Amino acid sequence: MAQQTILQKLEILADAAKYDASCASSGTAKKNSLGGRGIGSTEGMGICHAYAPDGRCISLLKILLTNHCVFDCHYCVNRKSSNVARARFTPQEVVDLTLAFYRRNYIEGLFLSSGIVKNSNHTMEQIVEVARILREEHDFRGYIHLKTIPEADAEIVHQAGLYADRVSINVELPTDSGLTRLAPDKDARQIEGAMGKVKADLAEAKDAHKRFKHAPRFAPAGQSTQMIVGADAATDADIVGKASRLYDNFRLRRVYYSAFSPIPDASAVLPLKRPPLIREHRLYQSDWLMRFYGYKPAEVMQATEADGNLPLDIDPKLAWALKFREAFPVDVNRSTKEQLLRVPGLGVKAVGKILASRRHRALRLDDVALLTQSITKVRPFICTVDWRPVTLTDRADLRSLLAPKSEQLELFVT
Amino acid sequence: MTALQHVRLGTYYVVNLPEADDFDFWRDRARALVQCDVPPDRIAWVEPGGSGDLFSHGERRMPVPPMDARPVRANRRFVSLAKNAILHSDPERFALLYRLLWRLQSNPRMMEDKADLDVRRVEELDKNVRRDSHKMHAFVRFRLVESEDEEAGEHYVAWFEPEHHILRANAGFFMRRFSNMRWSILTPRGSLHWDGETMAEGPPAERHDAPGGDPMEDLWRTYYASIFNPARLKIGAMLKEMPKKYWKNMPEASLIPDLIAGAQGREASMVEKGALEFEERPDTLAAIDKAIHACRKCPIGALDNTAVMGEGPQDAALMIVGEQPGDNEDLAGRPFVGPAGQLLDVHLEKAGIDRRAAYLTNAVKHFKYVQRGKRRLHQNPGAKEIDTCRWWIESERAIVQPKLVLAMGASAARGLLGKTVSISKVRGTPIPLEDGSELWVTAHPSYLLRLEGPAREEQARLFDADLAAVKARLAELAG
Ligand code: SF4
Repeated sequence: MAQQTILQKLEILADAAKYDASCASSGTAKKNSLGGRGIGSTEGMGICHAYAPDGRCISLLKILLTNHCVFDCHYCVNRKSSNVARARFTPQEVVDLTLAFYRRNYIEGLFLSSGIVKNSNHTMEQIVEVARILREEHDFRGYIHLKTIPEADAEIVHQAGLYADRVSINVELPTDSGLTRLAPDKDARQIEGAMGKVKADLAEAKDAHKRFKHAPRFAPAGQSTQMIVGADAATDADIVGKASRLYDNFRLRRVYYSAFSPIPDASAVLPLKRPPLIREHRLYQSDWLMRFYGYKPAEVMQATEADGNLPLDIDPKLAWALKFREAFPVDVNRSTKEQLLRVPGLGVKAVGKILASRRHRALRLDDVALLTQSITKVRPFICTVDWRPVTLTDRADLRSLLAPKSEQLELFVT
Repeated sequence: MTALQHVRLGTYYVVNLPEADDFDFWRDRARALVQCDVPPDRIAWVEPGGSGDLFSHGERRMPVPPMDARPVRANRRFVSLAKNAILHSDPERFALLYRLLWRLQSNPRMMEDKADLDVRRVEELDKNVRRDSHKMHAFVRFRLVESEDEEAGEHYVAWFEPEHHILRANAGFFMRRFSNMRWSILTPRGSLHWDGETMAEGPPAERHDAPGGDPMEDLWRTYYASIFNPARLKIGAMLKEMPKKYWKNMPEASLIPDLIAGAQGREASMVEKGALEFEERPDTLAAIDKAIHACRKCPIGALDNTAVMGEGPQDAALMIVGEQPGDNEDLAGRPFVGPAGQLLDVHLEKAGIDRRAAYLTNAVKHFKYVQRGKRRLHQNPGAKEIDTCRWWIESERAIVQPKLVLAMGASAARGLLGKTVSISKVRGTPIPLEDGSELWVTAHPSYLLRLEGPAREEQARLFDADLAAVKARLAELAG
């Protein structure tokens, strides 16, 4: 076969990476290149350097080292039995691309993952080698996210954490039975074992750093994982449950959800229906409820419908409020922050503004309208000095009144 | 002396700011004016290029605060907002900030009142400026220019059009990020030049002062187009974060219209290639029978052949799965009627398994062959074909719900497990399947047909042993 050019390889290996949901580059230790030999900085907040027409941010050069793979996971375009075009970068080629893109301010850094070639250890070593060249030979101080391979030796995975800002291991599917069925070469216990090891490494490095200023950093942006939604029969309740167990057990920074999307050359054992993208969106919303709004996983599960799934036409916060109407109305001038956070339509920012402003005046409905995005959504659930929703919260048709009209939904359901 | 005595009643003041983004200058003047008790509506703030018409007869000399003037107070929140808001291009910003500072003296906690219109306005200015800065960090695109001066090394130049006076405020960001690189950022409001050691400011520039392209942009565009998943078009979300006004200076943006236009077609072909039709699993054996005759999901179906459906009782406890129909089966339209089927019968009988009580089927429903003259030579199905056909064997299993599945040969095992296993390693021990049934794997009888002598005897013995174990296990499961 004729030698592929860098451009051809990039086309194949970026295309193969597009199903990965994560692209975040935030939350790492601050660093810059002043006083160094190279380039790069991270200032806490990651920067999205472009947006693709799928609405997703492009902040990192997200590619595979290779899409050759000895595994045969059915949901994956790169599985062994798939007929897609194959390509393979050398570590040096990835390094050169990363630096060339970074110098032109296209990216925040690199997100590298790979198909499994030869064996897990060999593959993991190659991934680590890319990070090593970037950090040691080029003194690169931008963001690096490495996808680690659970089957690889813990020692090599540890190396990855020493170079990377973030490491991740995909749990792939929300249920073990789904994993057995769709990823026959993978093993749920091994995946969770590897996550546990990374968690221990993170804790140890943090501890060492407290005592010795120069202790080596280990993945300062923590670890994350990704779950494919809609490829197996798991319900949203299953998924929320799994995610919260993962957060608890492995102190993950993020759980990403990726709506299973049609892939070229898909296997016939996959479901023949694509889950609506809005389902992924609802799961992210429920994730926010747990991370920033103080909802317990069990409460999010209470918001699901009889089939165990979150409603698609309204957001999970509104779904919960409609089910637990006795918790409302919330008095904007008197209630606690926690209570205010439960009001559908009031975000963390709006609640902050309400709390600050009510020290100065007794808020009226018009004041609240100034501080929120849409007063219509909020009104049935609050009272102010001049407003009390006597009948609204009892109305049987409240849901249809508040659910966005179907045209608006179209935006998400592509 | 009171402050009022320093300010003539009815005097208007004009403050000319030397730079549009000079916070320190504004702060010094504002402090003095507050100390002299000059009300907001008696000051005109004029930035370079701006006009002070309204107060053209105003006093240009600043009033001098008395020695005992009260210190001017402003909380941290105000200062941080003001520093940023002053970079806004709204000519009213200086007056707004002064009004706030003025009001702050009598109401020190005013900044907390988010419903106050002045507070809201300054927060809005701050937000716009922060957003513009953020977009500058994100959307500046450096281009490499060939330098005449070899010594100086590579030089990266960007052209950017900020909306507000943010250039100087963001110099530090680019310096910290690209410390060991020589770069310039040119804008219509001024320019920045960093040589690796010192930062220099330059005059406003024009677009043609900056280079027009860079060879890397082809790679970047390729990346941009490839990382986009056409199955998830969300144009509104993209436009919200990357408004069109920035597009003209971003090399990748020219691709967007075509990517959007082509997305539906690309998704459709992804779906089609993946044979992902929106179909339901058939719920009767007859429906499966009908569907496999029409199936062309894999290339085998396109050959001149007829699909062969499994046969046997719908409530069979045992399902026996072979590889695929052979020449004979294809012609007869029934599974296991050729030489291998006959050999199977012999061994089943020996083991005491009633063929008629079992459900017999194949992992692949169509006969794969190559034509050699008049003969059709059997060919093994590929992994991909087996995986594709797995849809049908799973549908059959869902209806028959056998307690035990016997897969004969590696292809059959793959059809049930989704991965290739080695028969010698897995034979003799059951593999639990997710529906609670169990899978036993053995060799395919056609394998025995290809052997001779002692090797064949050995394999026949192993085959019998597997069948005997299956028979025993079936009795256990029934009991
Ligand atoms: S062999 Fe199976 S998948 Fe291929 S066309 Fe026939 S029935 Fe369809």
